[in-house]
Amino acid sequence: MAESVSVEPTRRDFLFIATGAVGAIGAASAVWPLIDQMNPDASTLAAASTEVDLSHIAEGQILTVKWRGKPVFVRHRTAKEIAEARAVPLSELRDPATDEQRAPHPEWLIVIGICTHLGCVPLGHQGPYGGWFCPCHGSVYDTAARIRQGPAPYNLYLPPYKFLPDNKLSIG
Amino acid sequence: MSGPSSYVPKSGFTKWLDSRLPILGLVHASFITFPNPRNLNYWWTFGGILSFMLAAQIVTGVALAMHYVPNSGLAFASVEHIMRDVNYGWLLRYAHSNGASMFFFAVYIHIMRGVYYGSYKAPREVLWILGVIIYLLMMATGFLGYTLPWGQMSFWGATVITSLFSAIPLVGNAITTWLWGGYAVDDATLNRFYALHYLLPFMIAAVVVLHVWALHVTGSNNPTGIEKQSSKDTLPFHPYFTVKDGFGLVCFLILYAWFVFYIPNYLGDADNYIQANPLQTPPHIVPEWYYLPFYAILRSIPSKLGGVTCMFGAILLFAFLPWLDRSPVRSANYRPLFRIFFWLFVATVIGLGYIGSQPPEGGFIIAGRILTISYFAFFFLVLPLLPLFEKPKKLPASIAESVLGAPAPGKA
Repeated sequence: MAESVSVEPTRRDFLFIATGAVGAIGAASAVWPLIDQMNPDASTLAAASTEVDLSHIAEGQILTVKWRGKPVFVRHRTAKEIAEARAVPLSELRDPATDEQRAPHPEWLIVIGICTHLGCVPLGHQGPYGGWFCPCHGSVYDTAARIRQGPAPYNLYLPPYKFLPDNKLSIG
Repeated sequence: MSGPSSYVPKSGFTKWLDSRLPILGLVHASFITFPNPRNLNYWWTFGGILSFMLAAQIVTGVALAMHYVPNSGLAFASVEHIMRDVNYGWLLRYAHSNGASMFFFAVYIHIMRGVYYGSYKAPREVLWILGVIIYLLMMATGFLGYTLPWGQMSFWGATVITSLFSAIPLVGNAITTWLWGGYAVDDATLNRFYALHYLLPFMIAAVVVLHVWALHVTGSNNPTGIEKQSSKDTLPFHPYFTVKDGFGLVCFLILYAWFVFYIPNYLGDADNYIQANPLQTPPHIVPEWYYLPFYAILRSIPSKLGGVTCMFGAILLFAFLPWLDRSPVRSANYRPLFRIFFWLFVATVIGLGYIGSQPPEGGFIIAGRILTISYFAFFFLVLPLLPLFEKPKKLPASIAESVLGAPAPGKA
């Protein structure tokens, strides 16, 4: 038996590997639809943008609107809240971002209301920085919705939005 | 499944069947003549109790599935419809929801029995790992099932647990979106959770078959932790252990029935009688009681990825017990120091469970961190290092000797 061992690859080796490769590709292509069907479907992806009338939001108030099934906080910040958020040096922040980046229109802060830890909805006007406090695992956000204490790794995410004429806001 | 098969088919039909599919002989060898250690105590009846609970959950679950609607707009109402309109719907639902708690209660006793008596040690490692797999499947099934009533705790529990996967670097968010089928827990999520909640119990049943198969290869461990040597050490499964298991099961069912008929909502959360609201998180999210120790570990680590890793690690460590524990002696009855650490470990787990039920603030955070350290210390310090300091007690010569006393001098 030992004499018949050939080092040279034969046509049979080639056929064996080629058949295996085609089989593996075929199996992967068959499995992919089964996996991808769980991703967001066309109707979810098509979820339209949400429009908000800003004239109803008093200074200091936070309005929660639903966008793509998630809450979005629209916060009409007071001068004091803006000043506090701008006074923080970046070195103190876990996920550094200036207040100007967070809120290009200083009086309006628009963030996705999902704690970046494990997805709870933080409570507004609470916690030591007067921003948000997440009741689930104790993450604390400041008035620019930046993470300051607790287990969350990132600031609250910013949704895409633009200001429309007539004091309206379009999210999405 | 091994064991001496002394089965002889008698009737014409059983002879005909046995020569085509020897299933009667298999049952006979596994559950009639199978030789069990004669000294098994009542902690060994929980295997039978768990088999019963799995069957009870599948039967009540299939009945509930005939009335439940897995749609985010209708699910909550359909559960109330089951409670109010469906004949005996209240009984089926309470039996199923409390059955889950009873199932976990029994599995925790079963696991702790295994740890106390060293049932994971060679040659039972595969048997033990199959058990850990069953436990993981149970946790997944219980979590998926708790989502279905679509109350506030269902929704936010599902949100928190699925968000655990977002801690995975790079692909975490894509995985979470994939699990949800959207950008938040919603109708698509509920529907797939229902499909999987129906599937997993049958996967558990399949692994249970492997677990029992592995058990019947090595045979049961026993309170002395020494192997059976002769037929003096064993008794046939039937009638000795069928009756003992049966009595244990009846006592357990009294507890189960007490929950179902007298305090059916004791282990539930009042918030789950409020329909899911994606815009408002309840002030205090807690999972079902059987997850609380691991939830406390998750919250004790002040880092998202670290917390998630430690939580899953705390469960997966059980699979490595056969190699972490360096002591050649199995049973804690003969390990005076291990016995103390075992009960300290049980106290740690119960303490973590209490911390997990409390809000994450002040002293609870500190206590949670201390208990988390003790939890991991049991696996990484006590199990590997204790054998270096511990002097085990003398083991009996045989199982029969531990029951009957040492033979008189001159005999045997």
